[in-house]
Amino acid sequence: MGLDKLLRKKKATIVRRWFDVVVDTYPVDTRRFLKSQQDPFANPVGRTTMTGLKHLYDGIVEGMDRETAATHLDPIIRIRAVQDFTPAMAVAFVLDLKNVVKSVCNEELQRGDALPEWLRFEHRVDALALTGFDIYMSCREKIFQLKADNERTRVMQTFARAGLLKIEPEADANSGAK
Amino acid sequence: MNNKYMISFIAVFVLFFLAYLGTEALGLDVLFGVLIPYAALAVFIVGFVYKVMGWARSAVPFRIPTTCGQQENQLGFRQNTLDCPSTAGAVVLRMFLEIVTFRSLFRNTRMNFREGHKVSYNLEIFLWLFALIFHYAFLTVIVRHLRFFLEPVPKALQLLETVDSFMQIGLPVLYLSGAALLVAAVFLLLRRIFIGNVRYISLASDFFPLFLIGGIAFTGILMRYVTKVDIVSIKQLTMGLVTLHPTVPEGIGGLFYGHLFFVSILLAYFPFSKLMHLGGIFLSPTRNLPTDTRATRHVNPWNYPVETHTYEEYEDEFREKMVEAGLPVEIMPEEQPAEEAEADSPSEEKE
Amino acid sequence: MSDLPNREAFFSNIDHSIPTAKDWMDTLPVDIRKGIACYAGNPKSLEYVGLPNPRTWSCFDEDWQLPENWQQILHEGFKERLEKFRSFKVFMDICVRCGACADKCHFFIGTGDPKNMPVLRAELLRSVYRNDFTRVGKLLGKIGGARPMSLEVLREWWYYLFQCTECRRCSVFCPYGIDTAEITIMGRELLNLIGLNIDWIATPVANCYRTGNHLGIQPHAFKDMLEFFVEDIEDITGVNCMPQFQKKGADILFITPSGDVFADPGTYTCMGYLMLFQFLKEKYGLDITWSTYASEGGNFGFFTSHEMMKRLNAKMYAEAKRLGVKWILGGECGHMWRVINQYMDTMNGPADFLEVPVNPITGTRFENARSTKMVHITEFTADLIQHNKLDLDPSRNDHLKVTFHDSCNPSRGMGLFEEPRYVIRNVCNHFYDMPRNTIRESTFCCGSGAGLNAGEDMELRMAGGLPRANAVKTVHEQHGVNTLACICAIDRAALPPLMEYWVPGVEVTGVHEMVANALNLPGQNERETDLRGEELPQLEE
Repeated sequence: MGLDKLLRKKKATIVRRWFDVVVDTYPVDTRRFLKSQQDPFANPVGRTTMTGLKHLYDGIVEGMDRETAATHLDPIIRIRAVQDFTPAMAVAFVLDLKNVVKSVCNEELQRGDALPEWLRFEHRVDALALTGFDIYMSCREKIFQLKADNERTRVMQTFARAGLLKIEPEADANSGAK
Repeated sequence: MNNKYMISFIAVFVLFFLAYLGTEALGLDVLFGVLIPYAALAVFIVGFVYKVMGWARSAVPFRIPTTCGQQENQLGFRQNTLDCPSTAGAVVLRMFLEIVTFRSLFRNTRMNFREGHKVSYNLEIFLWLFALIFHYAFLTVIVRHLRFFLEPVPKALQLLETVDSFMQIGLPVLYLSGAALLVAAVFLLLRRIFIGNVRYISLASDFFPLFLIGGIAFTGILMRYVTKVDIVSIKQLTMGLVTLHPTVPEGIGGLFYGHLFFVSILLAYFPFSKLMHLGGIFLSPTRNLPTDTRATRHVNPWNYPVETHTYEEYEDEFREKMVEAGLPVEIMPEEQPAEEAEADSPSEEKE
Repeated sequence: MSDLPNREAFFSNIDHSIPTAKDWMDTLPVDIRKGIACYAGNPKSLEYVGLPNPRTWSCFDEDWQLPENWQQILHEGFKERLEKFRSFKVFMDICVRCGACADKCHFFIGTGDPKNMPVLRAELLRSVYRNDFTRVGKLLGKIGGARPMSLEVLREWWYYLFQCTECRRCSVFCPYGIDTAEITIMGRELLNLIGLNIDWIATPVANCYRTGNHLGIQPHAFKDMLEFFVEDIEDITGVNCMPQFQKKGADILFITPSGDVFADPGTYTCMGYLMLFQFLKEKYGLDITWSTYASEGGNFGFFTSHEMMKRLNAKMYAEAKRLGVKWILGGECGHMWRVINQYMDTMNGPADFLEVPVNPITGTRFENARSTKMVHITEFTADLIQHNKLDLDPSRNDHLKVTFHDSCNPSRGMGLFEEPRYVIRNVCNHFYDMPRNTIRESTFCCGSGAGLNAGEDMELRMAGGLPRANAVKTVHEQHGVNTLACICAIDRAALPPLMEYWVPGVEVTGVHEMVANALNLPGQNERETDLRGEELPQLEE
């Protein structure tokens, strides 16, 4: 069986393990909640991650454009960008897919003829990881922009209090509502 | 290995052997059969009353019920009188359902969600279910045990026993409540041990009562179905206790004293532990108060006057600017007494 | 990648953030992170209102410059509060740690930090309570869940007590009604005894005390602001909506959070109030006044201590009494309404100088507010709509697809669910509620309440607001919802960045902004734009 076929066949197992790897980046005591709570509203982190990974996996196996990749990757990274992760930790889970596939498809990969397909697979994962860095950075930039907006509003208000400036509703673009 | 539950487990084990060996080997039947039960009961009653009095002594300064439904209104929107009760009767009903059906805990359980076409169940339903089983089984067991303290045994009690054993399994017939108590205790225990975040929040004092109650149920079942203890002697002992003429009949056996010692420990431990939720739930201000705070004034017994920034101080500080802006003032600047010095920001206030 | 060590080995060198399965008490010292913690209170603000131990300090420093006897102060403060508040004492004793609350907290859901489980937040205090006030706890020590107060424990308190928005969601699900808000309120009171507060609370408190509003805007500037709005409204509608200030003998005193006066998009809600009052004045002669003295409905004192809450709240009744109004009308605000509904009358009442609120236009007697004598503006407006007293053209809101965020305090501290929904349904044609377990009594907090809507804790706010944003996203995707309505000034400040981060394309609005956009003012021009100056969609002929 070719690697691609195998990846399709073992989708459920691989995605599940990939999900477990992502969840394992959270504190031990939080993991069960992330895994077991199925309600997407009670558990947005777990559910968003699961949904995103499924789509990403399909995309990696079947091929997808950057836009699509970003659409599915964004929600996961967006969450991790405000949680207690270093930048590397926030995006490393993409690369973890390689390890998952290696362990699930170990036997097939030992065969030499799987190499071209593996290389293509690996390339796609790498590309996705890089996209992940882009998304992570844009999320962080957004956070800092929101912080800056907040500060700016405060400064404006200080000026206004000192009578140096009259705040007009337009000028007081609070909290980045534009 | 988690030392919290190991310590509790070992403690319960040690307690059992203390009583077992104490009576079997050392013949301390009087100590375990009479003195400790009396002492435990005394500690329970005094401790319970003391604790509840302690709570009751604390004031209820504000009326802070958690509103979980539509408020009372004059606009024709249907009030949710159960979850937002504004009358005493409705509060009683809310409390009643809370205590009898664990309503808030049930709210926690949403039975299923659909993911794709699969319906998945939330484990939380089991928390509610087993909590309910646990408490009702415990209650039934306690009531059933009244037969050891009453002579003659009332009809109602006999009826309860009949209901409790309606399955007619085994000989002597199995009481469902005893088995249910043990099963529920085990469930609650396993939940604490195996569910990560519940283990995280659990203390040794959460495991200990579960092991203890599990131990009570287990020894009870063992006596009834396996070792078949001498019920007549036991009743002699218990009737002696309750009539204040304690006697210690021969040949009751260490297992029973282990059982009795567990119960004694539970009684004595009760007032100092989380088991006091039995009393506390009646005093929980977020549940036992009506949601009519805007309609009926609640009085705070220790309300005290505080320093405020009065209008006069405010006007004194900003009078000129207010006049300039055309805001009405109490005292026009011209009319002001000359002594009005440039009052700095009033920073003299102290608590 | 394959010739590098595997990820676990690789990252274990650089990652220090994953706690292993340890007892929670063993995870000290807590790592106080930037982006989560807020800056310390400005000493000038603490001094101004007489809060103890004012000094310049930072929670990121080693030395917090605590008073020498800080442990004793905390111990005595703890003791005093146990006697004064049955809630506190009972909640310290009866928790069975069943875990029902654990996953109900938006901060736990969003951050994944297990210490954000409400039960754990309470255990931070309970552990000290057991050590200090129970014999068994003292005897058994750690195995009994007790631990003495220490600098490390204090840091943990600080960190997690300012990761709670006092939203009360956990108390809905607790079988004993244990309310973490109550625990957090007490914990913060204790912290304040040794001068530990955050600036986003302390400075608004001082400002509010002095000038009547949380930004410290002086009376003339407050009036200026409203006059700007009047000008804007006149540009849009051609009608002058000039309000009255401090008018003695007016029928009604109106108090709203000052956030509505100074911060977008609350300002549009404020314009909405002005237009509604103008309409009612013109049509029915409603006599309503604003006050620059009592110009803050919001009460950051509530996030400081009961005493501070009372000191700030006192202005409402004082001003109503001075002006001789009949009753008070309150604007859209969250914690302001918790304070009014559950505390004000008790603290600063009885308001026997006021009358039972009667809507002079419809004759409705607000019996549910007969003692406190203060009515919520959505109750008032809903009543007007029910009696058909407003001239509304909801089609002017046709470009809005609206959902409603139940603010925590009016939900779980008041029970105000139908009134705002009724108003919304009558002023706009497209309304979609979010999923049931994210609204009404189960509503998710904006993540920025209880004084946490500072800038430096943006990561915390975004993580805490995730469950709310996630539900908004659902209706945004399903129904094309583009407007998130709310009745809280903090929401109006906090939700725009939250939406910008999680659900771009959703704007935040107050309910009365939509009321005003739908309201036909007598003598108005043909409206071309809404209050935000955005062109109205083509109206169907």
